[in-house]
Amino acid sequence: MSEKKIAEKMKDVAKYIYSSIIKKQSPTLESPLRSLSNVDYSEEKGYFELQGKMKQRTLTANTVKTFAQTLMMMNESKKIIETDDIATKREMYYISKNWGEARFKEQPESDSIMDDVEAMLMVNREQLGFIPEEKGGDVAGELIVIDKDPDTGKQIKIDCTKFGSGAYSVPSSVEHLGFQTDAKFILAIETAGMFQRLVKHKYWKKANCILISMGGVPTRACRRFIRRLADDQKLPVYVFTDGDPYGYGSIYRTLKVGSGNAAHINKFFCVPQAKFIGITPQDILDYKLPTHPLKDVDRKKIKDVLKNDPFVKHHKEWQKALKQLATLGKRAEQQALAKHGLNFVISDYLPKKLSDSKTWLP
Amino acid sequence: MSEEITKAHQMAAKQKEISIAEFFSKNRHLLGFDNPKKALLTTIKEAVDNSLDACEEARILPEISVEVIDMGSSRFKVIIEDNGPGIIKSQISKIFAKLLYGSKFHRLKMSRGQQGIGISASVMYGQLTTGRPAKITSKISPKHPAHYMELQIDTKTNKPNILKEQQVEWNKDHGTRVEIDLEASYSKGSQSIDAYLKQTAIVNPHCTIIYTNPKAEQIIFPRATDVLPDEPKEIKPHPYGVELGYLINMLALTEARTLQSFLTSDFSRVSANTAKEICQKAGILPNFKPSEVNRDQAERLIKAINSVKIMNPPTDCVTPIGSDSLERGMKKEIKAEFYATTTRPPSVYRGNPFIVEAGVAYGGDQPGDKTVRLLRYANRVPLQYQQSACAITQALTQINFRGYGLSQSRNSLPVGPATIVVHLASVWVPFTSESKEAIAHYPEIIKEIKLAVQGCGRQLASYVKKKQRLHNELKKRSYIEKYIPFISTALKDLIALSPQQAEEVESDLKSLLEEKRGKLKSIAAENTEYDETFAKIGSDAEAELYADSEDGDEQ
Repeated sequence: MSEKKIAEKMKDVAKYIYSSIIKKQSPTLESPLRSLSNVDYSEEKGYFELQGKMKQRTLTANTVKTFAQTLMMMNESKKIIETDDIATKREMYYISKNWGEARFKEQPESDSIMDDVEAMLMVNREQLGFIPEEKGGDVAGELIVIDKDPDTGKQIKIDCTKFGSGAYSVPSSVEHLGFQTDAKFILAIETAGMFQRLVKHKYWKKANCILISMGGVPTRACRRFIRRLADDQKLPVYVFTDGDPYGYGSIYRTLKVGSGNAAHINKFFCVPQAKFIGITPQDILDYKLPTHPLKDVDRKKIKDVLKNDPFVKHHKEWQKALKQLATLGKRAEQQALAKHGLNFVISDYLPKKLSDSKTWLP
Repeated sequence: MSEEITKAHQMAAKQKEISIAEFFSKNRHLLGFDNPKKALLTTIKEAVDNSLDACEEARILPEISVEVIDMGSSRFKVIIEDNGPGIIKSQISKIFAKLLYGSKFHRLKMSRGQQGIGISASVMYGQLTTGRPAKITSKISPKHPAHYMELQIDTKTNKPNILKEQQVEWNKDHGTRVEIDLEASYSKGSQSIDAYLKQTAIVNPHCTIIYTNPKAEQIIFPRATDVLPDEPKEIKPHPYGVELGYLINMLALTEARTLQSFLTSDFSRVSANTAKEICQKAGILPNFKPSEVNRDQAERLIKAINSVKIMNPPTDCVTPIGSDSLERGMKKEIKAEFYATTTRPPSVYRGNPFIVEAGVAYGGDQPGDKTVRLLRYANRVPLQYQQSACAITQALTQINFRGYGLSQSRNSLPVGPATIVVHLASVWVPFTSESKEAIAHYPEIIKEIKLAVQGCGRQLASYVKKKQRLHNELKKRSYIEKYIPFISTALKDLIALSPQQAEEVESDLKSLLEEKRGKLKSIAAENTEYDETFAKIGSDAEAELYADSEDGDEQ
């Protein structure tokens, strides 16, 4: 959607509100309900698709503040777009400090209104001119990223093999990037610690791959980066997380099919080709990994995911794996592989896992 | 045989009878003369209480003048004058200059004074501290002359000492005037004479009090109603309330010739059958002569009485202030938003009928962060000391006030913008001591106090809830006012509205959002009775009020 179109869309909303008020009717704003209960999953589409449930907010004494804040933020977004600028989510929160009584007290309030505007207009917040602070993840390996110099607009080529013990950092907006690579696959890793180990021993060179550290639940930019790279270069994506409900239900699931909260934009922010290689519950047994007992939150997460997550409900394998984990009553971290030697992960675990697709999870 | 002087003999020489007067002169705190400030209050209190009792008994609308004159060097002259029935000449000296002389001790009737110690104790206190006699003038009718006397108490014999006696001209149909000089100190606050007179006026709307304070300022508490409270009926004691000593006394003094007739005629609610049952259980013949009942038999009688079921005493002998009068009195004094009063049906403790009344005044100018103001009354007399020792206070600490919109920590009085009034009316108010400042802790009384205050509390709770709703509503409305301008500003920018259009948006929005909410109703009580000058009296030294609250008594 072009920026002009977005500005038009905002004007339409404003016009509707104006005409309602003049007619002495309470305007009602509608946005899709952003939650797991309002998404559907099918393997063909490959992502969480938004269903028809709408959240309605009618202007009343109780909603007058949110209404005012929503309109003020739309107004701010329009100004940002028109001047071809950007604002971080934090900056938006500070802009609101000029709004007197309507200002946000904490950034989460501002973020939540931003999410509302985003969903109402069915756009992604970068299109509204708002960018997150969080960085998109770290990249190392056989990859050249093609970016532009912010001042000159001249093309720059960034060689991701040339960061030594460091890494290339995914920017918050990735739509303009181009890629060149001979790598065979992408390996997305949950923890920075494991990423460091693989970079240090140049695993990317041994396996001819691109390593990406997600640092927990992948950000939108990280998901988009992996998606674009995988689509563009036709690369398979393998995911390597801790063997716990959070690694499965939050990190992997969000990367692959998106989230309930961002349901309106999952289409772009998902990596349907991702496969889960480990650590699976079966790995815990096969590799006799040292474990920790499942915490109450873990058990709750398993129950919740089995009951409510359309992705897990779709895949029998995942249900089996989660139940297996629950029965084991244990969880294992990526680093637990160090039990068999610090480089066991490089020498044995990854090669073995990558070569045996039967040990993967969908 | 030569008489041996033993130690016991020597000691016997020093042992002699102590007169009541002598005893009390050394134990003045028992009567409320602990310190100069309290002595002034007690003196005025006793005189005013007596005047009100006398007027009501004689069915006269009371008009009492109280004058306090500062004579310097911590001496004060107190003059109390009423329009009561007066006192016949032969009684004057005994009433004012003989301790334990009075009409109230030997009967059971709801009245302010009970023991007959009060006013003569003031006379004695004045005499002890200034050496001056009390000066009494009394006149019983226009046809009779007024008598003037100067009196002192012979503290050794508890007999009046008449220093001067003469007939005087007094331009008054009837009444009594008492003048006592005493060592005292005058201050303001909750335990002051100002507060006493005001609180008295609240629960006695039928009397007029003209008060001249030591600064020679005159304050009039005007009569609010011409209706005298119903004359309380005198009742005979109920058997359940009689103790051994009292019973022995009654047996000795009775005119009845048989035990059965003594029981039926000298007590209330004892039928011939009940009397026979008592006699039978005590193992004494019903026709036994009462004067010949010995201590042992009397004790058996008491036991028998308590094992026999006897109907509760009649309760028409207790007259409450009444919810309406109490509310009117409170409205005069307290500027609040809400008033609730309750009068409980009569109840009985140890054979004594009593009625509890309570009132709550909430909100207004009262401070919300302090303990509530508690006004305690017994038979229409304000109780200003020993709050913590009183059954009323104890009962209140057992009530959960949080449900009524006040805050409260465990086992203490509630905190909040409220005044709580509790009145106990009874033929015999059980005080914890002779100074009559705290009610004794009978479970029956505590229960009734709780029920009365809880009755008011429930009304208060519904008011507080309404107020909370109103508050929320107002908050929402202010919300509307606050955020509407932002909507119009944003719209104005987004779709380039003209200033007029933006204004239209604002006014349309206002009517759109507010119309749906309906009109606001004011729920606070309208108070036409409130009189600012009246209310100020006694509360002009708030700081002092909280500073000295309890401890006066212990000094």
